This record gives sequence, C-alpha cells and structure tokens, in this order.
Amino acid sequence: MIHFDNVTKRYPGGHEGLSNVSFHVDPGEMVFLTGHSGAGKSTLLKLIGLLERSTRGQVRVAGRNLTRLGRGQIPYHRREVGMIFQDHRLLYDRTVFDNVAMPLVVAGLGHIEIGRRVRAALDKVGLLAKEKHLPITLSGGEQQRVGIARAVVSKPPVVLADEPTGNLDPALSREIMSLFEQFNDVGVTLLIATHDLELISRMNRRILVLEKSRLARDSAAEVVS
Amino acid sequence: MRRPRKKQSARISPRSSLRADVWLMRHLQVALASLGRLIRAPLSTLMTTLVIGIALALPAGLYLLLDNAETLSGNWDGAASISLFLKQETSDEQAQQLAGRLQNDPAIIQVQLISRAEALAEFRQLSGFAGVLDSLDENPLPSLLIVEPTVQHTEPVPAEALLARLRQNSEVEFAQLDLQWVRRFHAITRIAQRGVIILASLLGLSVLLIVGNTIRLEIQNRHAEIEITKLIGGTNAFIRRPFLYNGAWYGLFGGISAWLMVTVSLLLLDNPVEQLAGLYQSGFQLSGIGFATLLMLLGGSTLLGLAGSWIAVGRHLNEIEPS
Repeated sequence: MIHFDNVTKRYPGGHEGLSNVSFHVDPGEMVFLTGHSGAGKSTLLKLIGLLERSTRGQVRVAGRNLTRLGRGQIPYHRREVGMIFQDHRLLYDRTVFDNVAMPLVVAGLGHIEIGRRVRAALDKVGLLAKEKHLPITLSGGEQQRVGIARAVVSKPPVVLADEPTGNLDPALSREIMSLFEQFNDVGVTLLIATHDLELISRMNRRILVLEKSRLARDSAAEVVS
Repeated sequence: MRRPRKKQSARISPRSSLRADVWLMRHLQVALASLGRLIRAPLSTLMTTLVIGIALALPAGLYLLLDNAETLSGNWDGAASISLFLKQETSDEQAQQLAGRLQNDPAIIQVQLISRAEALAEFRQLSGFAGVLDSLDENPLPSLLIVEPTVQHTEPVPAEALLARLRQNSEVEFAQLDLQWVRRFHAITRIAQRGVIILASLLGLSVLLIVGNTIRLEIQNRHAEIEITKLIGGTNAFIRRPFLYNGAWYGLFGGISAWLMVTVSLLLLDNPVEQLAGLYQSGFQLSGIGFATLLMLLGGSTLLGLAGSWIAVGRHLNEIEPS
C-alpha cells in the first residue's frame, strides 16, 4: 500500500529530512513510526500526503507513483489519505459537524449522504452528541477525536497520524489507539508517528524506527518480543 | 492543469464525478454562503460596496448626461434646415409650386411655406413694429421656404450640394444653411464621449483593484481554512469558488449602489433642468437609466467584481500550501 524506494528528502540549505529510506507497508497493516524529534517522522508522513515531494527515490501509495503525480492531481490523492495532526488542524469558526463534513463537501457528496456519513463517523469516535458544538468548547482529547472523525469520514484506504496522542494523558491515548485498532480491523492501512514508546510497546504492532533521517530498525524484520 | 485532472479524477476517484443537480446545488450553496458571509460583516461590505458604487456612478452618470445631451441635439437636427428666401416678385402661387416641386425631391423630407402675408403677420406680432409696418405701402418681406433635408443630407458635403442645387431655382433670392453650430455641438459631444470612455476604463480598472485587494485580504483572513481544505483534498477550483462569488457579489452590490446614486442625482437635477428647459420653450426632460442600461451596468459591474477576485485568487491561492 505504501512503498518507499531509496527515498531522500533534502531541504533547501542541504539538510536531509530523510536519507535513502526504503520500506513497504501492506494493505491493512497498522504500523508505528518512531524516533527522536527531528529524526524525520513528519517528513516521511508529509511525503505520503504529498505535502512535500521527495528529492530522490520513489514513493508509491495505493499503486500511484507520487513522484510523477502532477499538481492538479494532488487533491485527488489527498482524498485517499486521511491525515491526523497533533494540533488537530480544525476550523474553530465551524461546528464539529461542519469540520467533519469538510472532506465530503470537497468531494462533492449530496447533503443527505454527508449527514449520514458524518454522524456515523462522529458516533464512531463518541461525539455524536456534540455535533453542533464549536471545537473550542471541547477538550483536547475530544478535539483530537474530531480530527480523527474528519480523517476517516470519507473512508480513505490509508490513514496517517502525526503524534496523535502528543498532548493527551495515557488514558485518553489508549482510547485513541483503540479507535485506530478498530479502523484497522475494517481494513484501513494506518501509519502512526509517535514517540510514546511505552504506548507502542503495548500495542504489539510493527514498528519503524527513524534515527538521524535513516531507517534504523524495522520490527517486521525481527521477531517481536 | 485542467486536462490531467479530469483524467486523474477518472482514475483515482470516481466519487469526484458530480451529478449535475448536486453540482448546481453546490454552486447555489456557495453563492448563498458567500452572500451570508458578506451580510454578517455589514460595515466592511457596505464600505467596499460604496467605493465600487462611486467609482461606477461617475462614468454611469456622465454617460447618462451625454445620452440626454444627444436626445437634446436630436431635437435640434430638425432645426438643421435650409431657409430659402424667394425673390420679391414671386407670387404665392409660384412659391406654392416651388414648394410642391421640392417636396418631391428625395433629399428633402418636408417643405414649409411661409407666405409673404404670413411672414408679415408673424413679424407684426413678434416685433411690436405694427404701426411702422402699417405705414408701409407694400409688404417688404419675401416668401420663405423652410426646407428640411433628410438625415443623410444634413452631413456637411451633401448638405452643401443640396444648398447649391436649391440656389439654382430661379425663384430663389437667397439660400441659407445654418448647420454650423449643430456640427460644433456634435464635435463637442464626441470629445465628451471619448472622455467618458477613458474615465470609465480608468474607474473600471480601479474597481478591479478594489475588489482584488478586498479579496486578497479575505484570502489572508481565511488562510487556515484554505490550508486545511487543501489538506483534505480540496481542488483549487473548489477553494477559488467562494472567493469568486464574493467578488461577483461585491460587483453586483456596487452596481446597484451606483444605480441608486445616479438615480438620486437625476432626481435632484430634474427640477432645475425642467425650469431651464421651460425658459427655452422646450419640453425637454432628463431621462433616467433605462432597463437595458441598468442591465448593462449591473452585468458589467458583476463581471468586473468577478474579474477582480479572479486576479487576486489566481495570484494568492498558490502561495498557501499546507505544511
């Protein structure tokens, strides 16, 4: 589902965000991406969401070669990749419902279909009762769940999460993780960047470790203890 | 950019192929949403609208004044006639015959005969020299034919030719063509028209810039929204749409306020103009903005608004990319 072949991302000024990284993630896998701050986790996710492009090497997602994807095609690619951010990136002048509905509005669905799907997604993350609230009135964990609902509402085959539990206490983090597992159960491919090692060690999933812009360890190649 | 997107949408996302009714509904929603956004910020909307309105009211008002001046000079075209003073010895019958002959001339619309007796009566009435005239043995005034040429023959060259031809009639003592001042007036209106076109272009450009700048600020204000919309797969067309509607609304409202300004100004001018016209024994009245002109004004202002926002959106939308 996600293929990296010798991918290097060099920023203007010479700093390398990623150096010669290769791995692939099968459809339906749930993979953790970890490493110190600045190790390249965010860069890797940005390359998949086409927020940035690789300097060298090839990135393929769902059979699409992102290296060759034109500017005008980027939106259609992003509709297939749900993205979750540590800072949620919600619109604070719109209700929870409107925030979650955005991907469907963008894709041009009719409003009955939108209502149905948004409520299903909000139900899934346990926020159905708060659909008319503004995000600012919600707690951090709730805001994160709004962001998650928005990322999955259009049922993308791939979901990326960048430090989704970064600001949350352990109980809330576990809650978020169990949500991700539920998505994974229905076949969604997930790639979750986090530095919460304790959390991921309990999840018993494949782990990619980035160190100084290089892939230092891939637990798929080992026996998970 | 458009072509590969279509190809891609077929390949990547079949969901993006919209049904026509959904598409229309979306446009309606976006149009109304951007209208709602403008109404929720009434003060800034009003100010932008008024600035656009003033910029459009100036050329629209001048155009209207010129239009009125042309109507006025149109009335004068009738006065662009040739006066034929006949020889003293010409009898009324002969004058009548000449008038009949000229009436058949294809270059002439109408011939009016003022006989010597009529001329005398008119002179007596208007001059106040009744007593002096009574003391004269005979009527000193000649018969007069007022010849009204066709429109083509009021143009300088054919008019001169017609004049020369009329002079050749043996009954004619003296022929006089007085079109000079009408021509001068036409020349002045032509200059004024050109001036209005120049002014309208400049002010149209300023409307473009006003709307462009307003939309640019709007884009900056909605930076986060644009960024997130791009993140979740909003196409540039999708993001552009509300701003374009915004610009179109500004244009339309500006056009309406320009219309109001011009109409109110005309109402204020109406009375004094009527008084002035009365002094010249003219029933002339200022005519307001007609329906066709109004449609042109509103259509033009809407297009200007749309174009202004198009320029701004095209320039600034690409600068915002999610990171």
